[in-house]
Amino acid sequence: MNFNEFSPMHLAYLKKQRTTKIVVHLLQVAFLLVFLGVWELATHLGWVDGFIFSSPSRVWKTLTDLFSQGDLIKHVWASTWETILGFFIGTVLGMLIAIILWWNDMVKRVFEPYLVVLNSLPKIALGPLIIIWAGTGKAAIVTMAVLISVVITALNMLVGFCQTEPSKILLMRTFKANKAQIFFKLVFPANIPNLLATLKINVGMSWVGTITGEYLVSKEGLGYLIVYGSQVFRLDLVMTCTIVLCLLAGLMYGSVALLEKSVKFDQ
Amino acid sequence: MKNDILKMQGVTKVFYTKTAQTVAVENLSLAVKEGEFVAIIGPSGCGKTTLLSLIAKLIEPTTGSILLSSNKKHAVGYMLQQDHLFPWRTVEKNVLLGLEVTKNLNYETKKYASDLLEKYGLGDFKKHLPSQISGGMRQRVALIRTLATNPDLLLLDEPFSALDFQTRLEVCDDVYSIIRRENKTTVLVTHDISEAISVADKIYVLSKRPAKVKKVFQCNLQEYTTPLKRRESEEFGKYFEEIYKCLNGADDEL
Ligand SMILES: Nc1ncnc2c1ncn2[C@@H]1O[C@H](COP(=O)(O)OP(=O)(O)O)[C@@H](O)[C@H]1O
Ligand SMILES: [Mg+2]
Repeated sequence: MNFNEFSPMHLAYLKKQRTTKIVVHLLQVAFLLVFLGVWELATHLGWVDGFIFSSPSRVWKTLTDLFSQGDLIKHVWASTWETILGFFIGTVLGMLIAIILWWNDMVKRVFEPYLVVLNSLPKIALGPLIIIWAGTGKAAIVTMAVLISVVITALNMLVGFCQTEPSKILLMRTFKANKAQIFFKLVFPANIPNLLATLKINVGMSWVGTITGEYLVSKEGLGYLIVYGSQVFRLDLVMTCTIVLCLLAGLMYGSVALLEKSVKFDQ
Repeated sequence: MKNDILKMQGVTKVFYTKTAQTVAVENLSLAVKEGEFVAIIGPSGCGKTTLLSLIAKLIEPTTGSILLSSNKKHAVGYMLQQDHLFPWRTVEKNVLLGLEVTKNLNYETKKYASDLLEKYGLGDFKKHLPSQISGGMRQRVALIRTLATNPDLLLLDEPFSALDFQTRLEVCDDVYSIIRRENKTTVLVTHDISEAISVADKIYVLSKRPAKVKKVFQCNLQEYTTPLKRRESEEFGKYFEEIYKCLNGADDEL
């Protein structure tokens, strides 16, 4: 449709939509500023103890100190790298498992209950075992991140694969399609929205894996800094790392959302 | 005398499930000649879809034989009840699906499919997604997807049932003219008497489940060139009455 063809009323409608969007963004920023302001004020006026609750100015100072010592980049990099690795390995592995189970009904029927049980098991319980098996290095942390995302990926994708419309599969069979063709031309493309939703979940999952992994073993990374900070009672450090973590997870989620937008098709 | 392109003899199909066994088709015989347009009419649930699945060799008969004269690997084109266009593929890509799957996609077949789209008024919509075109157009796309593989025998399963009445008449005219121009032998299944009379040379009336052939009608309306003209013809009412009686009459007349 041509933009010129829009009626004045339609344009007014669009303008209103735009205005609402801007107002929402402004309110979001305002909320953040008020929150930071109250926090800062509360510690300054002694309503809460700045030593325990930290404050925006203390966080900022900690952040710049960490940065100038070169520590910030090192720790951020360590955690991000572990998370991305866990994210990719977990997603690809989970996907492969889902494909294998979808492909072979017998295998699916045998292994699906195990997958369901594994899914409800809190993977953190496996932490001590992982340390013994994979050592106390990065391998243990990545394993943790993989473990947390792989099961949910496999289960989500499998459910999606199995929900492919039977009549569409029948259509493929009228052309005498084989299993691989049915998968690659129908089942997989039909599940791209599902895959993207799973990726979004996995961003969170792999961060959980990385941070808990770092709690347990690491000598670097944001999880390590948080545990270290709490042990020596430097709560400014804990707060700073938590905030950095928020930003990183948000950034990663944002990239997946962007990817989703770029492949969105009209259903 | 033209040859039989399809011959079914004494075909029975029984479905087994956990709780029951269903006889969907029982001792059914029929024949379709080259170039013929055959309609099979029967009440809902009588086993019509099962019959087409048997002809398309998607399922095996429990007993009986189904012979196709063609020995081409993809001799049968089957158009299902719904269009089932893939929403992520453009109209053009949807039409090429069968060719891709049967590994027959080359310059010539692609051109053939593309010409079909042009010829039947979809040339401007090649790059559109299925959600952007009307229900009637989608049905035409589904038909062209089936025709693109150039089958010797075309099977249509209630192809208009998903459309509203007005569109149904139009699309029926379209589909009929496409099939006639492409000169395809066709078996159309329906529960709509008027639809059957408006397109077919020969009509098989089936009983309630399990499907048996009750009666075969020869339709001599070939002088009318479109389904709509057939519907408006004098003889139409007579055929309708006869078939209506047969369809709703007692099964044990046989
Ligand atoms: N795969 C199947 N398993 C069990 N029963 C089936 C199966 N397919 C069809 N049926 C049964 O066979 C009968 C005929 O179905 P169908 O051929 O779809 O009828 P129609 O197309 O004439 O409406 C129905 O009672 C249906 O429940
Ligand atoms: Mg049916």
